[in-house]
Amino acid sequence: MQTNVTTKRDMTFSQLRGDSTQVDHSELRTKIQIRNLDFYYGSFQGLKKINLDIREGMVTAFIGPSGCGKSTLLRTLNRMYDLYPGQRATGEILLNGHNMLDQGQDVNALRAKVGMVFQKPTPFPMSIYENIAFGVRLYDSLSRADMDNRVEWALRKAALWDEVKDKLNQSGLSLSGGQQQRLCIARGVAVKPEVLLLDEPTSALDPISTAKVEELVHELKSEYTIAIVTHNMQQAARVSDYTAYMYLGELVEFGLTDEIFIKPKRKETEDYITGRFG
Amino acid sequence: MSNSAALYAKRVRTNRLALFLSLVAMGVGMAFLAWILIVLLIKGFGALSISLFTMSTPAPGSDGGLYNAILGSAMMVGASTFIATPIGILAGIYLSEYGRSGWLAPATRFINDILLSAPSIVIGVFIYAMYVAQVQHFSGWAGSLALTLIAIPVVVRTTENMLNLVPGSLREAAAALGAPRWKIVISVVLRAAKAGVLTGILLAVARVSGETAPLLFTALNNQFTSYDMNAPMANLPVVIFQFAMSPYENWNSLAWGGAIIITFGVLCLNILVRIMFRKKI
Amino acid sequence: MRIQRIQDAIFHQVTRFFAFSVLAIMAAIMGSLLYGAWPALQEFGAGFPFSAEWNPVADRFGGLISIYGTLATSVIALVVAIPVSFGIAIFLTELCPPKLRGALGIAVELLAAVPSIIYGMWGLFVFAPLFADYVQPVLAATLGNVPLVGNLFQGPQNGIGILSAGLILSVMVIPFIASVMRDVFEVVPGILKESAYGLGATTWEVVWNIVLPYTRVGVIGGVMLGLGRALGETMAVTFVIGNAHRISPSLFDAGNSIASTLANEFAEAASDLHVSSLIALGLILFFVTFIVLSLSKLLLMRLGRMEGEKT
Repeated sequence: MQTNVTTKRDMTFSQLRGDSTQVDHSELRTKIQIRNLDFYYGSFQGLKKINLDIREGMVTAFIGPSGCGKSTLLRTLNRMYDLYPGQRATGEILLNGHNMLDQGQDVNALRAKVGMVFQKPTPFPMSIYENIAFGVRLYDSLSRADMDNRVEWALRKAALWDEVKDKLNQSGLSLSGGQQQRLCIARGVAVKPEVLLLDEPTSALDPISTAKVEELVHELKSEYTIAIVTHNMQQAARVSDYTAYMYLGELVEFGLTDEIFIKPKRKETEDYITGRFG
Repeated sequence: MSNSAALYAKRVRTNRLALFLSLVAMGVGMAFLAWILIVLLIKGFGALSISLFTMSTPAPGSDGGLYNAILGSAMMVGASTFIATPIGILAGIYLSEYGRSGWLAPATRFINDILLSAPSIVIGVFIYAMYVAQVQHFSGWAGSLALTLIAIPVVVRTTENMLNLVPGSLREAAAALGAPRWKIVISVVLRAAKAGVLTGILLAVARVSGETAPLLFTALNNQFTSYDMNAPMANLPVVIFQFAMSPYENWNSLAWGGAIIITFGVLCLNILVRIMFRKKI
Repeated sequence: MRIQRIQDAIFHQVTRFFAFSVLAIMAAIMGSLLYGAWPALQEFGAGFPFSAEWNPVADRFGGLISIYGTLATSVIALVVAIPVSFGIAIFLTELCPPKLRGALGIAVELLAAVPSIIYGMWGLFVFAPLFADYVQPVLAATLGNVPLVGNLFQGPQNGIGILSAGLILSVMVIPFIASVMRDVFEVVPGILKESAYGLGATTWEVVWNIVLPYTRVGVIGGVMLGLGRALGETMAVTFVIGNAHRISPSLFDAGNSIASTLANEFAEAASDLHVSSLIALGLILFFVTFIVLSLSKLLLMRLGRMEGEKT
């Protein structure tokens, strides 16, 4: 990889993203190991024998046509499906080596470690400040000053502080769509999770807000392991280190984003990426 | 971290307690329903007999039934349904088909929903002042009128809701054939919503069948069997009220008999309606 | 074509007429009540609602006793019904297995369909004796000794009176409040609840911090609807309130509500002033419920609009 590239054409995605140091991927720790994961909606099987490792401190993107199971997979990672009777997962999902699908797993504690941001901005019906503090209060009883610091810290992380610092007491609903989504990211970051799940976080946003959120993903990955579902392949290429292509509930191909997008091993992946299908 | 663990334990406890209390609340609600129904079965079942349906209300201490009261109730409920149905359906059509603009539709909707929950005894007072006091006697018609005023809002509300469920494309398809508006409404929209509108009428019947308060000083009561709607008329709710409050044992027993008839009648109607048109009412 | 246009116009106007008739009914009720109440209001003036005198023999009337009874029973009903309804709504929306949800929802609504006279009979013959034997002594021995509120829970323990009437009313309004709460809880977007669960919130925390604030106006609307029902409820109250024209410091004591006074006295009122005073009570009741129900409707409409903007 020691080429003196000058044209964008020849750059790899990781260089395009501006990753200054080349990472030796074989040395990365695995944050989440998915082993033989099956998922059922009642009698319908939504995921089939998924095996996948999500590396710590990296962005892993899930792409594929609608209904391929990419969102379903993401929602197993914090057991969001538990809310709905009839949905169940079998197999193993190891977070730091512990199987989160175990009966004994406390889902609330799990979800505090694995944060999630949704397709549409979901500000809670309370002030901007309270939106952030809500999650923090669940696990820490901080003093007022500490809480103020934490709120500021989270809003800064989400690159929202300068825009809202003078109106922290206003309703979260008063923000624009893009700001709302960054508020939701700040809310997720505030509880200091280890993993952030982003479920098509920019599908309801305009291009400028989208760019901001993508930038944010890039900033956040130094501290968090991020998994992102997106229907936008350019976005996957822009933000992710690893990409998983899924189709009909199966994992078709998984690997470094550079490899998936430049020289996919499977014909199906290539067809999808080049737009011949999907 | 111990601080956080303690906090977490407390949250889990609070959650368990809250969900347990919610379960208790549900249990309490169901227990009261069961309690009332069981009491009715125990006290009312013994009073059920053939004579309940064939004989008129007796003097204290002698044999009798509720024939005149059942008859009177049926006549008054029937008459009020008969009057309220066309009025309610036409008003409902206006709200759903012409109610997109103007002040009348929102105002009617608003007032209708208030009438839906307005105290029924005041309706009785109203009919007393407007009709009974003018003709100087209680009558079956007065009772029917009071019940009509209670039934109309029910029919209006369900008719509008049901017509709104008919997809606009159906109206457009009929209009594309060149059908005039009134024909579209009557023969396409209303027909498509037939079951739903019927539901509204049945709900209205269920609602007025149990109404007591508005009949107390409109239809009053009549110890004898009467087919004359222009005279005071016996009816189940008022008979139940008077007999239940009386010191005579045979009257009390008849009151429980009447209570079981009316309750299970009304509940069956309600269940039927809800199964027929689940979730859309 | 012309005939069709005329037919259309006629049909439009006919439906319009009947829609208007609903408004006319409301106006007629208001007007006739005002007309009927006029002699009493003229005789007793603005002090009518605040006078505790109710004496058919001397032909002197005031509304305070009935108004107090109406308010006291309704407040008791709400105090009990609100938390229970909230619990039922949480159960139906968050806890209940989906298979049972429909059936239990209908069962709660059936509680509202039971005719009120049945509640009255059940209250008088079944509830009151048990209440007198088992609950009132306990209340008197515990709450009866608490300073400030103690007086409320002393007095005759015979099972009828303001408190019993209020409790039976609460059973009657629970289904109304619970149904509205359940319906408004169901409009909370699933994704919003998931966001809170995603932070690790428990079910209770989601309900209390997300669902309830989101639906606040609707919940208040539901409570107002229950209040409107409780204020005007006649038969259930008439059976158990005791029908005594007095105001007592004790909730165990008998009293009268507007509706029960009307039910008991209207058909037998002798003097014109008596009738007029009763109609005046009816007017007050109608006016108050009108305002309460209007508020309820406006609040529920506001929630509906909020929902409309979101989607």
